[in-house]
Amino acid sequence: MSSKVRRKPRIAVFKFASCDGCQLSLLDAEDELLGVAGALDIAYFPEASSAMLKGPYDVGLVEGSITTHHDAQRIQEVRRQCKTLITIGACATAGGIQALRNWKDVDEFIRVVYATPKYINTLKLSTPIAEHVPVNFELRGCPINKHQLIELITATLAGRKPNVPTYSVCMECKRKGNVCIAVAQGVACLGPVTHAGCGALCPSYDRGCYGCYGPMESPNTGSLSNQLRILGQDNAEITRAFRGFNAWAWQFRKASEESERT
Amino acid sequence: VSKQQTRTIKVDVLARVEGEGALYVKLKGDVVQDVKLKIYEPPRFFEAFLRGRHFSELPDIVARICGICPIAYQMSAVHAVENALGVAIDPSVRLLRRLFYCGEWIESHALHVYMLHAPDFLGYPDAIAMARDHQAVVQQGLRLKKAGNRIVTLMGGREIHPVSAAVGGFYKAPSKSALKELVDELKWALDASLATVRFAAGLDFPEFEQDYEFVSLCHPDEYPFNEGRIVSNRGLDIDASAYEENFTEQHVEHSNALHSVLRGRGSYMVGPLARFNLNFDRLPDVAQQAARDCGLKVPCRNPFRSIVVRAVELVFACHEALRVIREYEPPAVPRAQTPARASTGQAATEAPRGLLYHRYILDQEGLITSAKIVPPTSQNQKRIEEDLWHFVSQVATRPAGEITSKCEQAVRNYDPCISCATHFLRLHLERE
Repeated sequence: MSSKVRRKPRIAVFKFASCDGCQLSLLDAEDELLGVAGALDIAYFPEASSAMLKGPYDVGLVEGSITTHHDAQRIQEVRRQCKTLITIGACATAGGIQALRNWKDVDEFIRVVYATPKYINTLKLSTPIAEHVPVNFELRGCPINKHQLIELITATLAGRKPNVPTYSVCMECKRKGNVCIAVAQGVACLGPVTHAGCGALCPSYDRGCYGCYGPMESPNTGSLSNQLRILGQDNAEITRAFRGFNAWAWQFRKASEESERT
Repeated sequence: VSKQQTRTIKVDVLARVEGEGALYVKLKGDVVQDVKLKIYEPPRFFEAFLRGRHFSELPDIVARICGICPIAYQMSAVHAVENALGVAIDPSVRLLRRLFYCGEWIESHALHVYMLHAPDFLGYPDAIAMARDHQAVVQQGLRLKKAGNRIVTLMGGREIHPVSAAVGGFYKAPSKSALKELVDELKWALDASLATVRFAAGLDFPEFEQDYEFVSLCHPDEYPFNEGRIVSNRGLDIDASAYEENFTEQHVEHSNALHSVLRGRGSYMVGPLARFNLNFDRLPDVAQQAARDCGLKVPCRNPFRSIVVRAVELVFACHEALRVIREYEPPAVPRAQTPARASTGQAATEAPRGLLYHRYILDQEGLITSAKIVPPTSQNQKRIEEDLWHFVSQVATRPAGEITSKCEQAVRNYDPCISCATHFLRLHLERE
């Protein structure tokens, strides 16, 4: 029997609690999509295809956070089906904006939004995938950068380390030649503690970074909080700044809880 | 099939829709017993956690309701807050917002027409499989989608969750010359949209018409994006501030779901078909002519033809984008001052999938004390189920596989965005 014929790697895309934006990034790679589709066997991607093939899969991309009992069980099965599991985006890597419930009474939340609370089945916490199963790589961002996604898929299939830098947004600003808006204009900016990947978008659009790529590798959030106070932010504002799309990432969580206590 | 035999048709995972839904149809003989569009997308509680956030954070937060139409959420939110605060925006900002919306409509409609809906008509599981036989068509769709995304990226930094929208305007307004760089591609996109109308009109449509109440914004002299009264073909004509007096949610026993209805009247339809039927005379000549040339009648009551109407709206959006770029002069200040005050504001804008209503109550610090968001898909949900009731009886004698795929296609007529709707749909999570 010939095993020389190389089988195309099978890829699957799974969705948990999310906005669909990160998996849409794959369809937004208009120039690369047909090429990627030619190199891979897209076996399971319900948002794009009604042909849904059973596992196992070589690579699983997971979008979204775990917020229900059913999903907490489903991710275990997804993990078993995928040789390599990659989580994409702030929901999957940090719990997403829906993790704001983690500081509140979720039963009260249900009553606010839903007329018949007993029909709603939800967990008290919104948690990242890595709190439930081992994850091979976490791609940050709300949303992810589609070029990083293509790089990550390519690197995974080639068996090499992806080129996804872990430094801060400040590095990207410097590279672009942006004048620092925090220094020059006194604008509150999370750039110094935020993971690179967006290309320093917000400072390039005359506003402060709002941390949608989550914490960088080793952020000094305490120092940034002090700087934000010097710029005139009060503790409530600083708490809200860290409590965004990556609020449950432990470094931002610690920073928001410190400013809340202060 | 015997008269008494009970059949159920189940689609556990609805494909080529945004978000997670399922479909359940029960037939006895050839008679429909039950239809359920089930939503198992987990709730994310936006309306609850928005309380205590500052209004300036809204455009960034509500964008995350939907990765496909973030601009729609940003636009309804900024207009609702501006109405609350009594802020008037610069005419150039108004133009820029129309351009921003054009980008989103082009991106979203091209995605739906070519990648989500066309495969149904041509018999493929997805656009990638379709590309093997129709490479040029799919490539045209991808390039058109990219043209829309280029507008969004230029104005907001990225296609998904762009960063420039703000209460009062934009953090940064583009220069005239930056916008001019889009012109060549948009001219191509206008031609490609006209070709899309011809392509879509040439598909096969089931004979199926319903007597809908169509609801959309209506502006005196523009095809609607951000402004206008909420009107219908049955005499509704209200300001967005009267939305909650006229629309309500109803508990439907068979699905344990609350559906958006017009008080005292029932279901209604929002989206491209509604906009087109209520605003045909506001379309530019080129779009009106394209519709006439392909035999699209006004009003169009066949939801399967929504793919043609989306294509006509692509023509409009490309034409409108070119007009805005021609007329644009940068605003003196991109963002108006927005001093906080205790207030309430509502707004509705036209998301690609239809009317999107927001209402916020702010305290004197500008913190949100109450939020209400009604996305298009939760408004269409009851109507989708009603379409299925009627449509299934029409195809009930066909083999089960064909009924299933036709039903899925009928759901996709609405381009439902379940991710959007779920945070607000009051639906029972049913397990079998």
